[in-house]
Amino acid sequence: MGLVATLKQQLFRWQSDGTAPVRLGQRRVFILPTRAGLLFALTLIVMLLGAINYTLALGHALVFLLAGLGITGMIHTFRNLHGLVITPGRCEPVFAGEIAHFQLTLSNDRRTPRLALELAGEPAAIVDASIEAGDSSKIAIPIHSRQRGWLELPRIRLSTRYPLGLFVAWSYLQPSMRCLVYPQPITSPLPSPSPTPAGGEHRGEAGQEDFAGFRNRQPADSLRHVAWKASARDMGNRPLLIKQFAGGAQVELQLDLQLTDPTLPLEIRLSQLAGWVLAAEAENCSYGLRLPGVAIPAANGTDQSRRCLEALALFQP
Amino acid sequence: MSTAAPNALDHRAVPWLFVAALATVAPHFEHQPTWLSVITGLLFAWAAWFWWRDERLPGRWLLIFIVALGSTGIYIEYRTLFGRDAGVSMLVLFMAMKLLEIKSRRDGVVVVTLGYFLLLTHYFYSQSIPTGLWLLATMWIVTATLIRLHGGSASQSRYTLRYGLQLCLQAIPFMLVLYLLFPRVTGPLWGLPQDAHAGRTGLSESMTPGSIASLAQSSEIAFRVRFEGDIPGKEKLYWRGPVLDQFDGSTWRPSLGRQAVRLEAISAPINYETTLEAHNQRWLLSLDAPTGLPPDSTLGGTMTALNRQPVTYRQRFNLASSLDYRFNVQEEAAVLQRNKHVPAGSNPQSRQLAVNWLSRSPDPEAVIEQALALFGREFFYTLQPPLLGENSVDDFLFRTRRGFCEHYAAAFVVLMRHAGIPARVVTGYQGGERNPVDGYLVVRQSDAHAWAEVWLEGRGWVRVDPTAAVSPSRIESGIADALPVGEPLPALIQIRTNWLRGLRHRWEAINNAWNQQVIGYDLQRQRELLASLGLPHADWQQLAGLLALGIGALLAVLTAWGLYHKTRPDPALRLWHKALRHLARRKVNCAPWETPLDLARRVEQEQPDFGKAFRQVVTAYLAARYGPDNDLQKLRDAIAQLP
Repeated sequence: MGLVATLKQQLFRWQSDGTAPVRLGQRRVFILPTRAGLLFALTLIVMLLGAINYTLALGHALVFLLAGLGITGMIHTFRNLHGLVITPGRCEPVFAGEIAHFQLTLSNDRRTPRLALELAGEPAAIVDASIEAGDSSKIAIPIHSRQRGWLELPRIRLSTRYPLGLFVAWSYLQPSMRCLVYPQPITSPLPSPSPTPAGGEHRGEAGQEDFAGFRNRQPADSLRHVAWKASARDMGNRPLLIKQFAGGAQVELQLDLQLTDPTLPLEIRLSQLAGWVLAAEAENCSYGLRLPGVAIPAANGTDQSRRCLEALALFQP
Repeated sequence: MSTAAPNALDHRAVPWLFVAALATVAPHFEHQPTWLSVITGLLFAWAAWFWWRDERLPGRWLLIFIVALGSTGIYIEYRTLFGRDAGVSMLVLFMAMKLLEIKSRRDGVVVVTLGYFLLLTHYFYSQSIPTGLWLLATMWIVTATLIRLHGGSASQSRYTLRYGLQLCLQAIPFMLVLYLLFPRVTGPLWGLPQDAHAGRTGLSESMTPGSIASLAQSSEIAFRVRFEGDIPGKEKLYWRGPVLDQFDGSTWRPSLGRQAVRLEAISAPINYETTLEAHNQRWLLSLDAPTGLPPDSTLGGTMTALNRQPVTYRQRFNLASSLDYRFNVQEEAAVLQRNKHVPAGSNPQSRQLAVNWLSRSPDPEAVIEQALALFGREFFYTLQPPLLGENSVDDFLFRTRRGFCEHYAAAFVVLMRHAGIPARVVTGYQGGERNPVDGYLVVRQSDAHAWAEVWLEGRGWVRVDPTAAVSPSRIESGIADALPVGEPLPALIQIRTNWLRGLRHRWEAINNAWNQQVIGYDLQRQRELLASLGLPHADWQQLAGLLALGIGALLAVLTAWGLYHKTRPDPALRLWHKALRHLARRKVNCAPWETPLDLARRVEQEQPDFGKAFRQVVTAYLAARYGPDNDLQKLRDAIAQLP
């Protein structure tokens, strides 16, 4: 093993599997003076020269006190990161082009607060955090998603200049977290539905023929299915109800990759399918998805849309 | 949690900057021109107004205009922009201007750095204990401001102040080690500006009627002396300053020529250490007659001990003097001639008087007797003599007859010179007061004195103090007793109440200790310290090693403190363990794989009566550890109720 590789292994030994909570030890925290720190040092040198030149005994004392302050500040800056516990959290799927928020929990089990922590996944976006004594704080790190598929959380730089700003202490975090990125949806008219033969397969959950009862409305349900009369009983104190039907022929959308224009690039076609999934979900139709090697039977609801979008996101031709 | 630009400054941090800037600038208001203080105050108020209204700050051109205006004013005031006082004034102006352009955290950091720098400039004017304490407090404020700047909007004022204090206190050990061990360099490193040591009182190189009297109205300390043995009698404490032998009718000045000194000590020398306050002159004020001098000084032709450099800061000198001596028994004719010179035609009445005396007895000692007898009869010792005319000595001797020591010394020397006896004026200090607290002899400006020296055949230069003839108590007990009540003496030296005097002695002894041990810690003291540490001939490498050792040790201690982390288990868990100990006493042990609920079930089966109470504990524990409101009190109560 080369020297550089050995060094790297020594320095970055903490690259664990990244799923467990991590406590920042001295090995993982780096520290260097900032530009303000260098300015401070320069000021001290000038002040020392002045104190010597004018034979100011208290001037010497002041310069030495400030030097001591700088050293103390260094320890305290280091201490502001040292011992911090980072627990990876979860990350909701997003559409390509949106910002994925990776959640991390920072816990401080010390009796003093840790202020002015900065987390940066990408150089442009910095998240400030401060954690009270014995408290923990959930941080969402915004990462710009560019393409569908799995978005791995890049290396996070956790840094602080607190308290004096003369030193910056930082640590790199790489919890193993990933976020599913759906294809960016393109809005286009839904394809014409293909009616399924009557008496064919029955899917109990969302037919439109035979009345089967009521259930509570969920946010995803279309307003057209609300049983207004039933809901209005009891002075409207109960949640809105949805009429449930069972069986019967229904309109089923088969969203197929072949329905899209084959001259377009694959990514655009997948985006179009994603747009259809969203539109079909909004229309509250029953829909299925068919990709080469993937066939999702027709259904309706949040789970269905998630299943379809996931398939689109992870589709490998 | 918020997303913000890294350099943003939150609105509520700005008042901290105002306070820090004011604290560092305010002490300068005392000695800088009033107009500048007013402008600084107005700029502060203006900046505060902008902050209060949250308005946009003034434009760049307006600021440049104000800076130009202020600099012009400072230039007109001091005729330079770079000297000590002008430089400090510029810094004050910059500080006020910077407050008008605080937009980002970086601007705040500049204010804080400027504040630290301004702290240093206060020491140009004073290094006393109160200044030290005030600046320590200011240091705290400025440091807290720096912390607040970086803490962001989540920081609380009380915590910030406490944290600032903690940092300052932790920095003090580093300061002590550095102060003691950092290799000391004796300044100055480069030419100091003209006004580097302005505003010092003390004897001057010339004497006119009234110059010593005005000095005597200051209670400032001129120097302190520590004798190796007993302090000699007060009437022997003549501290010799510049000798003045050129007289033009009104002003006495020293002559510049080089003269040889032939000093013959009769009594054994006494050793003493003088701590001289800065007076910007070269003379050292030794007891008559100096026989042992510090390395960098010489004896001038008129027996005044002279340092190579002007004494521009408080310095210690080791001296030795013999109180009985013979000085230039063989004197050059030119010198004698010079010391017999009087301006032609001046003071005719004095000439007449001297000639009369001489005609009665040609013996110089008899003439001296006559003169002293004259002073003893009809003269009056006062700090407020009437003004004198052109022939000042005649006017004094025959008309006013009221004067301070310089009048008597001058009149006596003129009389002697008219009688053909070589004579000159010696200025310096006489007496001093012993501080019983630390044993130092304190000599103040109010002890400033002028006396005469005559050259007698076979005896050389002999001191004659005509003031002693007028007011013997001046020499024996000091000026406060010699002057009648109502003279404009400083209140400090007139204190006669015992406890007040004791208080003053104590305060001055503390100041002296501060000056000797803290302010006076120099290369010499550092060497002494190293010698006591067993490094008598430490070179800079050893010093650096020792310094690194000290700093390293402190750093290690601080790091250990900073990184030590005591894991405190969850309080609910601690209480649970306590409950399990209760259980263990009843011979029930919790298996590692057993959940609290399983355990509760088992205990209920095995010991039904205890199990009930234990079930309460388990319920409270689960609520405390995993429930929404972490109620520990219920758990404590449940454990307390275990039988």
